[in-house]
Amino acid sequence: MVTVNAARVERTLAQGEDVAFGVRNLSFYYGREQVLRDVTLDIPRRRITAVVGPSGCGKSTFLRVLNRLYELTPGARAQGEVWFSGMNILDRKVDVVELRRRIGMVFQKPNPFPKSVYENVAYGPRIHGVRRRAQLDEIVERALRRAALWDEVKGKLRRSAFDLSGGQQQRLCIARALAMEPEVLLMDEPTSALDPTATARIEDLIAKLKADYTVVIVTHNMQQAARVSDLAAVFLTGGVMVEYDVTKKIFENPTNKLVEDYVTGKFG
Amino acid sequence: MTENHGRAPAVASWVGRRWGRAREWIARGVTWGCASVSLLALGLITVYLFCEGVPVFRTVDPLAFLGGKAWFPTSEPPSLGILPMILGSGLVTMVALAVAVPFGVATALFIGEVVPTVFRNPLKVAVELLAGIPSVVYGFFGLVIVVPWLEALLGLPTGQTALTAALLLGVMALPTVASLTEDAVAAVPNAWREAAFALGATHWQTMRTVVVPAARSGLLAGVLLGMGRAVGETMTVLMVSGNSPRFLPSLTSPTRTLTATIALEMAETPVGSPHYHALFAVGTVLFVFTLLLNVVGDMVGHRLGRHG
Amino acid sequence: MSRRWRELVAFSLLGLFALGVLVALGAVLGFIAARGAPALSWEFLTAFPRRGMTEGGIFPALVGTFYLVLGTVIVALPLGVGAAIYLAEYAGDRTWTRIVRIGVNNLAAVPSIVFGLFGLAFFVKALGLGVSILSGSLTLALLVLPLLIRASEEALRAVPREFREGAYALGATRWQVVRSVVIPVAVPGILTGTILAVGRAAGETAPIMFTAAAFYTPRLPQSPLDEVMALPYHLYVMATESTAFWRTRHLQYGTALVLLGFVLTLYLWAAVWRARIRKGKRW
Repeated sequence: MVTVNAARVERTLAQGEDVAFGVRNLSFYYGREQVLRDVTLDIPRRRITAVVGPSGCGKSTFLRVLNRLYELTPGARAQGEVWFSGMNILDRKVDVVELRRRIGMVFQKPNPFPKSVYENVAYGPRIHGVRRRAQLDEIVERALRRAALWDEVKGKLRRSAFDLSGGQQQRLCIARALAMEPEVLLMDEPTSALDPTATARIEDLIAKLKADYTVVIVTHNMQQAARVSDLAAVFLTGGVMVEYDVTKKIFENPTNKLVEDYVTGKFG
Repeated sequence: MTENHGRAPAVASWVGRRWGRAREWIARGVTWGCASVSLLALGLITVYLFCEGVPVFRTVDPLAFLGGKAWFPTSEPPSLGILPMILGSGLVTMVALAVAVPFGVATALFIGEVVPTVFRNPLKVAVELLAGIPSVVYGFFGLVIVVPWLEALLGLPTGQTALTAALLLGVMALPTVASLTEDAVAAVPNAWREAAFALGATHWQTMRTVVVPAARSGLLAGVLLGMGRAVGETMTVLMVSGNSPRFLPSLTSPTRTLTATIALEMAETPVGSPHYHALFAVGTVLFVFTLLLNVVGDMVGHRLGRHG
Repeated sequence: MSRRWRELVAFSLLGLFALGVLVALGAVLGFIAARGAPALSWEFLTAFPRRGMTEGGIFPALVGTFYLVLGTVIVALPLGVGAAIYLAEYAGDRTWTRIVRIGVNNLAAVPSIVFGLFGLAFFVKALGLGVSILSGSLTLALLVLPLLIRASEEALRAVPREFREGAYALGATRWQVVRSVVIPVAVPGILTGTILAVGRAAGETAPIMFTAAAFYTPRLPQSPLDEVMALPYHLYVMATESTAFWRTRHLQYGTALVLLGFVLTLYLWAAVWRARIRKGKRW
């Protein structure tokens, strides 16, 4: 019953857009339980692609396939292909360290390390070999500016990251990811633990990031998907992607009846 | 702002990556080595105890060693029967458990189920402190306080008796019993308690009919490990039990245990003599016995995990 | 008897038993403290024993115990933390891990006198280290190793998953995650375990009887291969074997108080610290 309007997406993409991720026949299992079924889609570069669906539909898992973070869960197994800059990232030979360097991630709950604001942002560059103080200072400042946090924290870079508010912590985590100069930013329900004001600030930020980054954002909040994303993929229970299209189209005129029910709030 | 400007990870050169990968393997190897030390130690302990213990059987055959009633290691020829010490250890341990189990279990139930939260932590700390008192201090306390006291109370010729040792060992084994019981009690799902309450059971009835039965394997594990603690304890029994190796021990007279025998005689034994090997053989008996207790205790305790 | 009454009686009985435990603790602490306190003085802590150990202080025993414990920590802490890192971070639930765990559990159950025998046969004789600080420390290190491994592993496992994920997502390797995120967060827990291990090692007598402890030394140890006086062994020999042990009770009480005070302070410190860690989680 998969009614992906592949032709339309391809047409959209064909208009001079590069593909960041080419996902082909992706299936995913936790032990014997299958959480993604034969997912195929292209995620364009420098666009915001939302992955939406009810809880338990496998959308977070999908995100964790894109940087192979799923490997931390014992018994997790992916099948199919995910193409990213010329390599199939599910290939065992892929260097996950390098992959994750190029693909940043922001989590559901803000998860700064128990270190200072500065050390949080500098963490990524440091583990990848940047030692020079001046260079680190520069990277940290730039990342914090891009995450729209610099003005709020520039006087307290040495303070614990836990002294920041929830929304600030989440922007700090975004800065931490940006400090790596990634090509992609994966966001796993980045505002679900935040209040409306903080959510709005993060959404503004996401919109601005589109200029430089490919953003894939998982959310169960349909309004958020409608507000921020260019394209949207709808997953339904069982890990099936039922529709993938330009966001506007999905919200105004979905092809699939289940998707219509879902976006209009009849279930989920 | 160009995207590549000051691109941090570009520094991660090929060499750096190589080193990074080597470091991963070194870290894994080194920590693996550390983890293996425990096993290696256990293996070495087994090997050395047996190597130093087995030669005693050139002097005495195993059955006579374990079942012999006389221990005169320095006479010519020596009598090397450890049955008196086995019985001594057995008696002291059993009586110690008779003290440790009721007190340990009751305290754990009191802490886990009854006491208001304010007093819970102080009580837990008290039990931990009891476990922390060095055994030589227990022995000293026993020697200068409990021994004269029992002597006067029971009108004994000497207060250095099996009973004295057992009482002190009971207190020392108590924290082991209490902490395992407490863990087991804490692992009983609250839903079961609520179900009993909802049927109109009193708190005590709930404990008796739901909590304790569900926790019984943890309780049993606590008893077994407490037993291991009591059998293996050295300094306290050495200082208060009187150390007289008489066959068929009685509670109110001096007694000799396996551990005390080693501690008492090892220092004055010529290395390589039958006596020396006999003491290692005694150590082997202790080692094997406590190992068995621990393995059984572990197996029993693990059943708790299954419905915990 | 009504159910309510029965409950009241049962709870009172449980309370009485628990009270009994407190009384036992109080009795030991109270007697030792009350009778030991008069013996304590600056001189007692800083002087050598005199006149066949019937006068003077416990200075060499204090120093000896310090060296023994120091050696124990130097050996056991890296081994324990390393093993815990392997168990918590590297090892999956494989047969080998299970065997290691069984090994740790069983090592913890070995009686301390057996450690003493092993130390004598292996460190003192086979390795030729003699009766020395080194032999004693190595023996004690094996004794406290399981304790350190368990405490450290618990501390490592308590580090929230989000921290690890955050670091992995930035492209950290496993060792980088462990070293720069997991260990710093786990340090308080590891230290708690270390404090307990120090308390344990300082109080043990049986493992050092044949491996390190001397009845009396006229001077402080000059090298790790010297034998030493140690606080618990000193108390034992003073109370049972020394000349005129009945006339030196006040010195014995003093020694017992110092030992008890030191060990229990450590245990109390660890207990309070652990409670603080559990309560004060900032994540």
